[in-house]
Amino acid sequence: MGAPDSGVTLSRDKTSGDALETSRAVPLTPGRYIALPQLRLPFRNLSYRYKIPLSVSFVILATALVISTALALQAYHDVRRELVAGAESLGKTLARTLAPIMLRDEMWSAYEMIVTPFEGEPAQDSRGKVTVVLNSENQIYVSSHPSVFPTLQPLTAAGAEYTGLAARLASASPKAPTVLEGVVPGHLVVAVPILSDDLTLLGRVLVLYSESLLLQRIEATLLQVLVSTLAVLAVLLPIGWFAGNRIVEPLVRLAAVFGKAGREPSPRIAQNLYTGGDEIGQLGRQFQGMLHELEQKQALERQMIAASRLASIGRLTAGIAHEINNPLGGMLNAINTCKRHGDTDPVTARSISLVERGLVQIKETIAALLVEAKIESHALTRDDLEDVHTLVLPDAARKRLVVRWSNEIAGSVPLPSTQLRQVLINLLLNAVQAASENGYVACSVRTEAEHLVIDVSNDGAPLSAKQLEHLFEPFSSEEGTGLGLWVVYQITHQLGGEIRVTNGPPLTRFDVRVPLETAR
Amino acid sequence: MTALRDVVRRASFSRWSLVAAARVHVLRRAHRLPREAAALLACAAMFALLLVAPTLLAADNALSRPIRFGTTAVILEDQVAILRSWKGYLEERLGRPVRFVHRGSYQEITELLSKDQLDFAWVCGYPYVRNRSFMRLLAIPIYEGRPLYQSYLIVPKSDTTTRSFRDLKGKIFAYSDPNSNSGFLVPSYELVRLGENPSIFFQKSFFTWAHSKVVNAVAAGLANGGAVDGYVWETLQQTHPDLTAQTRIVRKSALYGFPPLVARASMGERDFRAMQEVLLGMSQDAQGRRLLARLNLDGFAPDDPHVFDGIAEILAYVQARQPGLVGSGVAANASRAPRLEAN
Repeated sequence: MGAPDSGVTLSRDKTSGDALETSRAVPLTPGRYIALPQLRLPFRNLSYRYKIPLSVSFVILATALVISTALALQAYHDVRRELVAGAESLGKTLARTLAPIMLRDEMWSAYEMIVTPFEGEPAQDSRGKVTVVLNSENQIYVSSHPSVFPTLQPLTAAGAEYTGLAARLASASPKAPTVLEGVVPGHLVVAVPILSDDLTLLGRVLVLYSESLLLQRIEATLLQVLVSTLAVLAVLLPIGWFAGNRIVEPLVRLAAVFGKAGREPSPRIAQNLYTGGDEIGQLGRQFQGMLHELEQKQALERQMIAASRLASIGRLTAGIAHEINNPLGGMLNAINTCKRHGDTDPVTARSISLVERGLVQIKETIAALLVEAKIESHALTRDDLEDVHTLVLPDAARKRLVVRWSNEIAGSVPLPSTQLRQVLINLLLNAVQAASENGYVACSVRTEAEHLVIDVSNDGAPLSAKQLEHLFEPFSSEEGTGLGLWVVYQITHQLGGEIRVTNGPPLTRFDVRVPLETAR
Repeated sequence: MTALRDVVRRASFSRWSLVAAARVHVLRRAHRLPREAAALLACAAMFALLLVAPTLLAADNALSRPIRFGTTAVILEDQVAILRSWKGYLEERLGRPVRFVHRGSYQEITELLSKDQLDFAWVCGYPYVRNRSFMRLLAIPIYEGRPLYQSYLIVPKSDTTTRSFRDLKGKIFAYSDPNSNSGFLVPSYELVRLGENPSIFFQKSFFTWAHSKVVNAVAAGLANGGAVDGYVWETLQQTHPDLTAQTRIVRKSALYGFPPLVARASMGERDFRAMQEVLLGMSQDAQGRRLLARLNLDGFAPDDPHVFDGIAEILAYVQARQPGLVGSGVAANASRAPRLEAN
């Protein structure tokens, strides 16, 4: 979805789903394209936050409309049927009563008979209902509205619109009532024959009901339907809107989380994810997995970068140390020679001594930088480690620290003792330095699965992000010589081990694992 | 006197039977009679009462038999309330019950009078003139100071061209009653005088059997013209001005004797005088004047047969030229099926 407008997607045929997107060209023959109209869905850019509630509301409205229309139509048909039935029954009653009256030719009685049903009705109703009595010659005998339907005139005297009716009546059944719809414009006509006892046709009763009467009667029903529809909508629309919002809410959250991915820490993002069992929930969980993998990848990258940087620094320092050590050795030899011949004046002797001390300091610094793991030494023993413990205790006592010491090494371990003592002492001094006043330092040395494990932790403030980034680099720390962890790293690295740092709180922990020589 | 004694005797017997029936109940309770026996006793007592009651009522009737007063559609449509008040007034003055007998046409009233089925009746001058043999003139209503009235020729308000009967030739015409003076005889006379034959002059004519309905028929346009009692039209104009406003008076006839009140010829002189006295005295007391006002009349005049000479003259005129139209006597009047509906 949502290919960028600038991109041009080629679709293979017109029926492709992509045609709805921004595709604009269809290859008919290789190399020839014709333009397709750009199709856009309405509200394509509208948020689902509105789209779904709007759709739900639309469905509710459509349903209400359909039901109301059906009800109104039903009411219309009912009223119409009722009206026809009413007209027919009125016609039949009048026809029966009028038969003897017409036989006796009592015009006034006939008139009274046909106006009686409309007596007391409002004027607008009486206009909609007309009763006409025709005699056997189809002339108007009497009517409820004599001014419109003049007595003893043909039906057409009432107006041209009755021409069709007159024609239809000439051929209408002489026995049964006839319902004529649409013969007189805007009127419903029921014609009932007036029969004498021997079934001679004496005339016909015409009951004409205006369509407006129908509308009048249906008005109340329509109003009722409208009111109930509005009431139902007043209840359903808020519910529909609320339900739509509930449905779309996880999706909106997911979209927000997607947007934040890579810009904010993954755990914080993942907190906001909806993880229900439905599709959005599945999507959320998959996204959570992706975030996790992304994080791991990033961590791995960081590690690799750090390792390669440390390797570069190692190579650089080794190169520099080598380049410095060669002239340095020469210079120290020269000074030795000078001192050995002893024919120097005091000023020269003092200068030579000054130069010698400086050179020795350079040599020591270089030696410290150029960690040499290959120095032969005896195998590591328990006592070597205990010595380190003893060495560190005075510093720990100064900060009134609790030192939990655990040495599980019994006998000797096939690893060079000098280097590992260096590792341990640097880790411990670092821990003592980082621990808070009256704090806590723990150290555990043990062998585990063909590895020597040195595990040192302290309760000091956790390492800052900047500290972590340059953790093992030389001179990255402002405290101490700045070479402690560099030494630890170099030795561990050269012995094929690894260091895992767990950054507190509560504890900052350095976990060094070095494979035993027998394992290598 | 014997009759009176007889009534008293029978009345006491009937009272006894009622009391007996009531006592059966007490007896049954006192003597713990079975319910069936008590019922039998009670039935017997009631049966005795039933046997006696009709003769008792007949005797009472003989004492104060109601006066039967016949009326027709001459009077207006809200007559029931007026008649009820008038009935009370008459009963109070006469000391006898009065029963109004209402019929749909003059013909029926005339026949009832001829058979002594009525004591008095309010008829039209035309039947009176024809049936003097069994009608005795009791009183003539005074309308606008005279015992006279007119016949109006009316047309619908929408008809602005009709000036006389001639303009209605070939139209639909409404009469009130074939025995009405103003609603039939007068228009027929006018047509005959114009040299027309009333029975073929109109395309169609019909009777409404009430003057007010002639006005209705013309107002609705059912008839193109109609003949109506002027008194009725004027009174309607007071009570239903919206109705009369839909009609237009084309012509007012000459003055004729107002529809009179008559008695059957066999009526006893005492009863006749009593009734006449009450009627003539109506304008003398407040209650009577209120009734007259509702009837839109001024009072009643004593019998003056010359008032109806005009009607007799035009009847003779029409009879001479169109004998088929009016016949020569009561029997000649068109007999028609009795009508149930009142005016």
